[in-house]
Amino acid sequence: MIISLMMAAGDAASQAGPGTDWSAILAGLRDLASMLSIAIGLFFVLGGTLGVLRLPDFYTRLHAAGMTDTLGAEMILLGLIIQAGWSPMTLKLLLVGLFLLVTSPTATHAVASAAHQAGLKPLLGKYRAPDPTATAEEGH
Amino acid sequence: MLKYSGILILALVAYWLSLSGYLDKPMLLILGAVSIALVLGLVHRMKIFDEETVPYYKVPKTLLYLVWLFKEIVKANVEVVKAVMSPDLEVSPTMVKIPASPNTEIGKTVFANSITLTPGTVSVKIDEDEILVHALLTEMSHPDGFKEMGERSARSIGEETES
Repeated sequence: MIISLMMAAGDAASQAGPGTDWSAILAGLRDLASMLSIAIGLFFVLGGTLGVLRLPDFYTRLHAAGMTDTLGAEMILLGLIIQAGWSPMTLKLLLVGLFLLVTSPTATHAVASAAHQAGLKPLLGKYRAPDPTATAEEGH
Repeated sequence: MLKYSGILILALVAYWLSLSGYLDKPMLLILGAVSIALVLGLVHRMKIFDEETVPYYKVPKTLLYLVWLFKEIVKANVEVVKAVMSPDLEVSPTMVKIPASPNTEIGKTVFANSITLTPGTVSVKIDEDEILVHALLTEMSHPDGFKEMGERSARSIGEETES
């Protein structure tokens, strides 16, 4: 994708002047926009993964997982929609996004509710990450 | 009943045609008709033909609500990602009970799902008039923030709010 962007930019540069090829520039902009969107999505997926690994207990980890479900997945879908352009595929991707917005909180709530009913006590109050330099052993 | 089945048939026809994209293949059109008939039969047998299962006339309001909700989701995502990626990982998990302000069942469902969808807050338990919410940061558990979401989710499915 980066290569195609560079090619598009090169085409646009070589044809600068009165006969500027706008379609190539637009294609480049489209690639740029979708790459940016997918990069943002990946950033939030990374954040969600880090959160699941770092946070202390079950309930707090749910929040991090929710981040992957919402902005992570939706921004990646937005990038794909920009790539697909005006086609039936766009509509399908929009529907996928909509279904994701409906189903992912349902699943999260089911898991949280099950944990609550089973009597899992949430960790409350302030929490700080243990200082890795202070002691070698970790309480998990 | 007739009105709801009519709306449902229209919506399902539009759905099938937009997803398949073929208008000239008799095989696919027949399969679509069979599927729609099957869905209608199932819905009829389950006796769930009512406002809650066929809320298509409220779509514009719901779309407006989705736009607002997406803005909130982006804000909450940024807050949570900041908390998770900071070296100290300072979080302050809190459990709060907030009033479930929408009156109808579907309004409460939309409200609770919106809470869960916003990162940093998860609805853990839903009672008749209260929702137990687990928040990642204490400042996310202020009742004022939930009040607006509750009113908006009630309005998004066409519920009248007193204010």
